[in-house]
Amino acid sequence: MELRILAPTGALGAGFDAAAFRRGVAARPHVIACDAGSTDSGPAALGSGSPKLSDQAVARDLRLLLTARDELGVPLIIGSCGTSGRDTGVDRVAALVRDIAAAEDLRFKLALIYSDQPTDRLQRLYDTGRLRPLPHAPEIDRELFTRSHTVAMMGVEPIQEALGAGCEVVLAGRASDTALFAALPRMLGADPGLTWHMAKTIECGAACAIPPSANGLLVHLRDDHFDVTTLAEGSRLTPRSVAAHTLYENADPYRVAEPSGTLDTSDATYEAIDERTVRARGARFVPADGYSNKLEGAELVGYQTVIVGGVRDQVVIRRLPDLIPFAKKYFADKILDVFDGAVDPGDVDIDFRLYGDGAVPATAEPEPLHPRELGVLITVTAPDQATAHAVATFVAHAGSHLPIPEYDGLVSTLAYPYSPPETDRGPLYRFTLHHVVTGVGPTELFRTTTEEL
Amino acid sequence: MTTLLDYCSLVRSKNAGPFTLTFDFMCHDQAAYDALVASGFLNRELFADLYGADPADILLVNHPLALAVKVSLPRPTVQGDLHDGDCYAGQQYAPLMDLTVSDVDEEHQA
Repeated sequence: MELRILAPTGALGAGFDAAAFRRGVAARPHVIACDAGSTDSGPAALGSGSPKLSDQAVARDLRLLLTARDELGVPLIIGSCGTSGRDTGVDRVAALVRDIAAAEDLRFKLALIYSDQPTDRLQRLYDTGRLRPLPHAPEIDRELFTRSHTVAMMGVEPIQEALGAGCEVVLAGRASDTALFAALPRMLGADPGLTWHMAKTIECGAACAIPPSANGLLVHLRDDHFDVTTLAEGSRLTPRSVAAHTLYENADPYRVAEPSGTLDTSDATYEAIDERTVRARGARFVPADGYSNKLEGAELVGYQTVIVGGVRDQVVIRRLPDLIPFAKKYFADKILDVFDGAVDPGDVDIDFRLYGDGAVPATAEPEPLHPRELGVLITVTAPDQATAHAVATFVAHAGSHLPIPEYDGLVSTLAYPYSPPETDRGPLYRFTLHHVVTGVGPTELFRTTTEEL
Repeated sequence: MTTLLDYCSLVRSKNAGPFTLTFDFMCHDQAAYDALVASGFLNRELFADLYGADPADILLVNHPLALAVKVSLPRPTVQGDLHDGDCYAGQQYAPLMDLTVSDVDEEHQA
């Protein structure tokens, strides 16, 4: 058996090279798949429902994929639509697909697979002890589900169901990246260890090539190995670059968890076929005791207004760490005064981030940095935008006139590049879940609709 | 005096999901990989100190086929939470680059 799988890009809308893609199409793949989302850009996409990439950039990639699919007559599978894989993301990509199909006169059966999870279902799962925390998961309670947005991450099964029903274009909500590439080969009986290893290797497109790029990879999956080939002109693959991709954005390079089990690459081997192609074999798939779907959730924290400034005077730079706690106390009193007690200072966070003096590492710098110039980012977070903005206006005003003991008169302590200095940034979201749902059927948490275009 | 740059062609920090911080240390060649592993520089205590993690929560894996060492630990601040300053966790490796790697076999130095 030989199955050819085309991964045109690491992310729908990132913009892949059309010539590289055509090389992949010329190999007559049995399926084209790509992922359109991730949590890597933060909780805002899941919290707000707004995608990270523009409709224009996504439509550009979709047009190339849909016309090639039509030419080949094979399935096109796109997962995690709209960055978060929320229902609104699926609908947004579906609208682009319908427009392109009409403009290009393309006809196909379309499946939309939705991943949003209703509050009552999540509370029922919580009440029956079927939400299992993963390592480093936050604490949760059942009220969380009334104020947050949650999606479940699908495995291959809902996609296989759509393919089995004759759907030629599948737009999936939140999906395991690897499931998009594994769905068809597993349906046709390909070896599970090889299939999941192949899927993990190509899910980011040519991220494992030298140089890494947003372009595509082609796989020949056979009975006892798979060959992966980079498609972009001037790019290479080596056994090492392919092996190293198991490290990327993954906690354990030898074990990758999927809803139905775990990919174990500890016995995998890699050999060069030529400059662009590497052969891999030996990975195993260990089925899980029970099926589980991962959940992802996000909730609104508040609204933010930001102030950007800078300091160059060494006297101010030296004094600033002591002056900030003093200023925060002053701001808390000012909030009580200005809002006449209607706003609790405890509900407003005023954060000073001193770039040049350890703002970047999440924990303390091992050695003092002794900056000669400081960038100052002040972020005000409040329950609503109007309050954040109002607080930021007096933080900006008072923050630029901090009392410096060495100086007798009024000194401007912060250099602001903008007028006004404060900018409303909008809502802040946080990730709420790092849990799996246990004891479910593989398609139970997902809803599929189909339509003929 | 040697630093990680003497051993590695790439040092990288990334999110492995919103709750895990992961580091990849990709070595120049087999000799550099063997020397880095033998030095014992990359150990749980180092990451516990620098990133405020419990050593029991730190995963350290040597990957000889990739000539790489991987370290994963709980993210000090959950990705994108209030006060998180590095949404992609992309610069969290930086303090490691300033440190001296000691106990090195001279002939393995790049």
